[in-house]
Amino acid sequence: MARRASVRREMNVWRRLDMASRYAWPAALTVFGLLIIGVPLGLPGLAALRPAYIMACVYFWSLYRPSSLPAPVVALAGLLLDLLGMSPLGMWAVLLLLLQGATLLARRRLIGLSFLQNWLVFSGFAAMVSLLAWALQSLLDLQALPLLPLAVQIFVALGVYPLLAWMFIKAHRGAAAVELA
Amino acid sequence: MLRLSVPLRQALSRLTLPVMLVLSLGAVLIGRADQGLADRLRGALDDVLAPAYALVSAPVVALEHGSGAIGQLFSLEAQNQQLRAENAKLLQWQSVAMALAAQNDALKTALNYVPTPTPEFFTAHVVADLGGVYARSVLVSLPPSMIQDSGKLVGAIAMDGRGVAGRVVEAGGRSARVLLITDLNSRIPVALGVHGLSALMAGTNGADPSLLYWAPGKPPAEGDMVLTSAEGGAFPPGLPVGVVHYDAQNDPVVLPLADIDGLRLLWLFCYPSNQPVLAPEHDVPKVAKPHRRH
Repeated sequence: MARRASVRREMNVWRRLDMASRYAWPAALTVFGLLIIGVPLGLPGLAALRPAYIMACVYFWSLYRPSSLPAPVVALAGLLLDLLGMSPLGMWAVLLLLLQGATLLARRRLIGLSFLQNWLVFSGFAAMVSLLAWALQSLLDLQALPLLPLAVQIFVALGVYPLLAWMFIKAHRGAAAVELA
Repeated sequence: MLRLSVPLRQALSRLTLPVMLVLSLGAVLIGRADQGLADRLRGALDDVLAPAYALVSAPVVALEHGSGAIGQLFSLEAQNQQLRAENAKLLQWQSVAMALAAQNDALKTALNYVPTPTPEFFTAHVVADLGGVYARSVLVSLPPSMIQDSGKLVGAIAMDGRGVAGRVVEAGGRSARVLLITDLNSRIPVALGVHGLSALMAGTNGADPSLLYWAPGKPPAEGDMVLTSAEGGAFPPGLPVGVVHYDAQNDPVVLPLADIDGLRLLWLFCYPSNQPVLAPEHDVPKVAKPHRRH
């Protein structure tokens, strides 16, 4: 018992650094992923993947590790998405913060759900956010934008979530697990 | 490190999200009020990102020999067949073209034809495929020789080896953003077929832009060549854009010649006289300034 306590107390620089890096992992992954998607591989649908990816990031980390993806990082990621994707400045920042707020509000009920149920809930959230994005951008651009890209974006978000969630769960239990430091 | 009491910290953490939300809404309003702000920020960000993207995409380009082939790996066999067929056809056309070139030369000599001057052009690598759900654009990194006078690049026409791919909408110190012809906001006056019937090619965000405003009595014919038209002064005439195709009745689209999804290298042509037309109004003066000697 005494030995365990002594192990717990040992906090040198390296352990602090390890903890900090694990703590920063989700935010860093979110921003870098956003940039990496821009590398031109000639694959179709990359433009729709970027919002889908960021929505999955915000949803997952707000649900399972909210302290690692604070609101300023989400706002920054939203601004970055707006600047990269030529959408009105600040629009995605607002939308992602709304998504984070909704996820945090429903967190207690969502955290116990199975993966499939979570996927369903995320799809609902993603559809709503995408619809809001469409409405907001139509309003700001003063023209009705076509609905097909909206549908594509929702389906991309729906399809890509299991893959991203699998990666995030790996990270959540491995490289980003603060308690393992 | 600042030590705060637990309730205060909880209250602060609860406040962050609403505060950030208000700030973001403020950003939307500011972006609305000052349209140039987003462009300037985007230009600055592009300048920072372009070298990094160039570094990352270099191995990708090396791997596929600069041909944009990773996305096409799945259809190699079909493409090979198509290329063989196309090559056979092109070899026939080559002889026709050579004969026509000789005839053209002879006719030009007879007419004392003065050729239009070749516009200044630059080669730029596509380093990132950027764009949103409602925007299609690519980021190109500028060669070092272009850096001092990148301002005149806004409005330059971007072509890949085969046809018009888009237009430069923003140019920073190291990078430029090319709005592709498939973008929703892209409108290009075109001339159709041998008679040069005028129409407007409008991007739809899909792969093939659609054709609008063609003369009601004369619908564009399937397979007609689509060239840029000088109407409106936005484009020089005669640049190849694509081929007319009908997906559905009464709904002609243009199959672009440029490989829009696999752009690697773009030629940016600066036509000095037509610069201000498609450029955002707040950025570029409407009338070209007269040259002054210093």
